[in-house]
Amino acid sequence: MTQEPILTARGLVKRYGRVTALDNADFDLYPGEILAVIGDNGAGKSSLIKAISGAAVPDEGEIRLEGKPVAFKSPMEAREAGIETVYQNLALSPALSIADNMFLGREIRKPGLLGEWLRMLDRPAMEKRARDKLTELGLMTIQNISQAVETLSGGQRQGVAVARAAAFGSKMVIMDEPTAALGVKESRRVLELILDVKKRGLPIVLISHNMPHVFEVADRIHIHRLGRRLCVIDPKQYTMSDAVAFMTGAKLPPEAALAA
Amino acid sequence: MAQAAQEFEKVLSSSDTSVAAFDEHKSAVKRIQHFLHSTPAAVPLIVLVLAIIIFGMTIGGRFFSSYTLTLILQQIAIVGILGAAQTLVILTAGIDLSIGVIMVISAVIMGNCAVSYGMPSVLAVAIGLAAGAACGLLNGVLVAYMKLPPFIVTLGTWNIVMATNFIYSANETIRDTDVNTQAPLLHLFALSFKVGTAVLTLGVIATVVLVLILWYVLNHTAWGRHVYAVGDDQEAAKLSGIQTKKVLMTVYTLAGLIAAFAAWVSIGRNGSISPSAAVTDYNLQAITATVIGGISLFGGRGSILGTLFGAMIVGVVSMGLNMLGADPQWKVLLTGVLIIGAVAIDQWIRKVSA
Repeated sequence: MTQEPILTARGLVKRYGRVTALDNADFDLYPGEILAVIGDNGAGKSSLIKAISGAAVPDEGEIRLEGKPVAFKSPMEAREAGIETVYQNLALSPALSIADNMFLGREIRKPGLLGEWLRMLDRPAMEKRARDKLTELGLMTIQNISQAVETLSGGQRQGVAVARAAAFGSKMVIMDEPTAALGVKESRRVLELILDVKKRGLPIVLISHNMPHVFEVADRIHIHRLGRRLCVIDPKQYTMSDAVAFMTGAKLPPEAALAA
Repeated sequence: MAQAAQEFEKVLSSSDTSVAAFDEHKSAVKRIQHFLHSTPAAVPLIVLVLAIIIFGMTIGGRFFSSYTLTLILQQIAIVGILGAAQTLVILTAGIDLSIGVIMVISAVIMGNCAVSYGMPSVLAVAIGLAAGAACGLLNGVLVAYMKLPPFIVTLGTWNIVMATNFIYSANETIRDTDVNTQAPLLHLFALSFKVGTAVLTLGVIATVVLVLILWYVLNHTAWGRHVYAVGDDQEAAKLSGIQTKKVLMTVYTLAGLIAAFAAWVSIGRNGSISPSAAVTDYNLQAITATVIGGISLFGGRGSILGTLFGAMIVGVVSMGLNMLGADPQWKVLLTGVLIIGAVAIDQWIRKVSA
């Protein structure tokens, strides 16, 4: 690759008591790509993602966003820097409306006195932007933007969470197991959604245990093992069983992939 | 788009494409359930209207008189204000057991500052409000930053504040006439207007205005939406970027401040200031109004207007039974029935999403 990576991490270490979750882990994300992160349970995928998304502060190592070193202390700081995360539990408030959820924590206030002094929310503006974003991503099977999120199906909720990330993420989007709890049809919609977001030029980090999904959408696959990056492979040159073999230690990865 | 679909997904193209078609012939019960789900204050309002109609028919014109109805409002003003404070806390899935004694100690502080220390009344009121807010702040810090359960925290501060109240005041009542001559400002909310036979006090108007302001804040400001989000799912709220600790702390502090405001109104209603009011179960009355008003104890659901209706329901029932000459225990019994009924309806409405 001749391009400069959007985000690089070098030598990340994270210890939880006597457990070393990250052991000198490296990470690279290039512009416009879908990078899948796979690994066995306990390999340190979550710790790696938490370090990048600001949910955990690494003990050692350096993260650079567009070449500049960053040190996020909270998910808020990562969000402000343009890194959006779709969490496995979606982080939506069930009783609030779709529009309220999309703007949770960054609401738009009415201009002028109403907003300045009475702090009144600009509902029409928020609903319009939410509707535009959902339409853009082909999610307008939702009729009513002001309906409560708890009245939506699992796939629709995932859609709202992805739309929120795509609407606000300016640098990259991290998705943690976006298809884990969904049926066949809904998984398909979410994969299409991921490709849609990629088309808009946003790079995506996709964490998943679902090998068919990973091999279908990913441009590169980062295989995590024992707290560090084992190798990065091209899904077109390797099979799913190769990937599983590398990830579980049944087979050693080729030298070329190690260097990547 | 789906060109690279998996083998087993090929049949999807022929799958049913009708999305989100809603059954128009929903049963009447289901439609009611949906309506109540989207309009949480409807149940208490319906119960309130029913209660007024039933008592009106059994008692007759005496009950329907504007004098009686406005008297009920005067009686519920204090519990209504405390219920509004309690609603804020319960919306965050917490509970505030200390709210009643915070009101009493604030009243005692206002009275002592104005009457015993001879401070200007405005300053006395400000100090009383600050004291209430400080008690609330203590609750907030313990809940938000020490991460202690709200029930335990406020059970503790309930006892601490009640004891402080008795030690500080030496259980001495400040007499009505002393307040009247030295600090008439403390009796401000006793001011009343007569409209025909209806008697409205400033306290009643303040209660309604306060509830309307809080309704606006909860529904039309970011902070209000955050209060709901924190009570709904605190972890999700945090990941969405809400500063949950700050929200919790402001909620408890505001609850303390509103309790101190209730103190000012209560001085107007009672005339004198008695530290022994601390043994009255104000906090339980406030929780009762909140629960009957349809605020879910699990947090994140309900409308503050419901709390006002809830307080009015209790007021109507007790006034009605009173006029019927029933044993006062019937009021207690009926309140118990209303509480259980309200929570049962809350559970039923919640199932709408399932």
